[in-house]
Amino acid sequence: MRVTFDFLAVLAQWPMLLKGVAWTLGLTVISAVIGVAVGIACAWVRSEGPAWLKAIVGTYVELIRNTPFIVQLFFIFFGLPAAGLRLSPEVASIIAMVVNLGAYATEIIRAGIEATPRGQVEAALSLALTRSQIFIRVVLPPALRKVWPALVSQIIIVMLGSAVCGQISTEELSYAANLIQSRNFRAFEAFIVATGIYLLLSVGVRRLLNWLGPRFLFGR
Amino acid sequence: MIEFTVWDIFRNLLLAARWTVVLSLIAFVGGGLVGLALLVVRLSPATWAHRWVAGYVQLFQGTPLLMQLFLAYFGIALFGINTSPWVAAAVALTLYTSAFLAEIWRGCVTAIPKGQWEAAQSLALNFGEQLQHVILPQATRIAIPPTVGFLVQVIKGTALASVIGFVELTKAGTMITNATFKPFVVYSCVALLYFALCFPISLYAKTLERRFRVKH
Repeated sequence: MRVTFDFLAVLAQWPMLLKGVAWTLGLTVISAVIGVAVGIACAWVRSEGPAWLKAIVGTYVELIRNTPFIVQLFFIFFGLPAAGLRLSPEVASIIAMVVNLGAYATEIIRAGIEATPRGQVEAALSLALTRSQIFIRVVLPPALRKVWPALVSQIIIVMLGSAVCGQISTEELSYAANLIQSRNFRAFEAFIVATGIYLLLSVGVRRLLNWLGPRFLFGR
Repeated sequence: MIEFTVWDIFRNLLLAARWTVVLSLIAFVGGGLVGLALLVVRLSPATWAHRWVAGYVQLFQGTPLLMQLFLAYFGIALFGINTSPWVAAAVALTLYTSAFLAEIWRGCVTAIPKGQWEAAQSLALNFGEQLQHVILPQATRIAIPPTVGFLVQVIKGTALASVIGFVELTKAGTMITNATFKPFVVYSCVALLYFALCFPISLYAKTLERRFRVKH
């Protein structure tokens, strides 16, 4: 049998694809910034916070890391309105991505903090720096530098995971592909194109973050 | 209308969780076999094939699993084969798992000192014998903790099969929600069941890792 492909029918819908890419990147940027901030805060709690807070953060991290993203997303989007909190698909997607990335980032950054030699903290203490100064200026920058590649990988995993957000009608790239295939019935071509774009995005975002990190986040 | 109690919801979800487990095992075993084949190719002296494997790994690690599932679902149908969500999910998850396992295992083999390869060569073992008798037995010991850890990723990955209509835990949750209008309870139970599946495996992987680190 003959299989004919018609990629042009998909590529002709490029404005939709472009909008999808913009949404995917937008969701990723917002959730990466907030998610890493959550990760840093939780990592701080896990390394020197009070015991009860450590327990809460530990539960959060394990709960998120041991359940699928799609269930977290559905819980936030479908489950929370029943408890009185109604969210738009976009806000629900961002919250789910932040909560998800935050848990993984906590573990990654904590590993970096634990690798900081004790002597550096003692040296900072002897210079009369306060606890928060020590964390922000002495412990965090080298910790982030050490774990940056792992953190970048996790951000990309979250970006690829955001394809699921189309299921609650957030208009990101996979949603655009679904919309296109429902119009022209070129399902395979639509998803091949979307998959190719995702591949380019993940390569591009990795390069960009590997370039950005050392320059702006933790100095060289 | 039939009233659903929390126990009814939980019991139905528990029944659906079987299929999550079955699909996970298929993907894990199938992915392990394909991953092993990829690993052997990656380690073989045929350098031209290395790029091919690296491309395969990059392809599956750099694209969403959801897209891979859609492609498997629509792609198999394209060749005139009547596909079911079962086949599509099993194929996509097997390929996905194989890419990740091949990469994890390659890291483990890289950790084996080069001297071991050279020693094996100096004993006039051929490539297959070097792998079988010298390299893989040592690499396996390093590989077990991260491999067990990756099983958690596979179980979580099966949740995406719900999107192409495979009735497992997540899909059952959606269906029960539509019947009961109790999304909060249902999705809490779904999350709890996933947690009950994954958390012991995560803990076990962590224990294995610690035990391995003590030994060295």
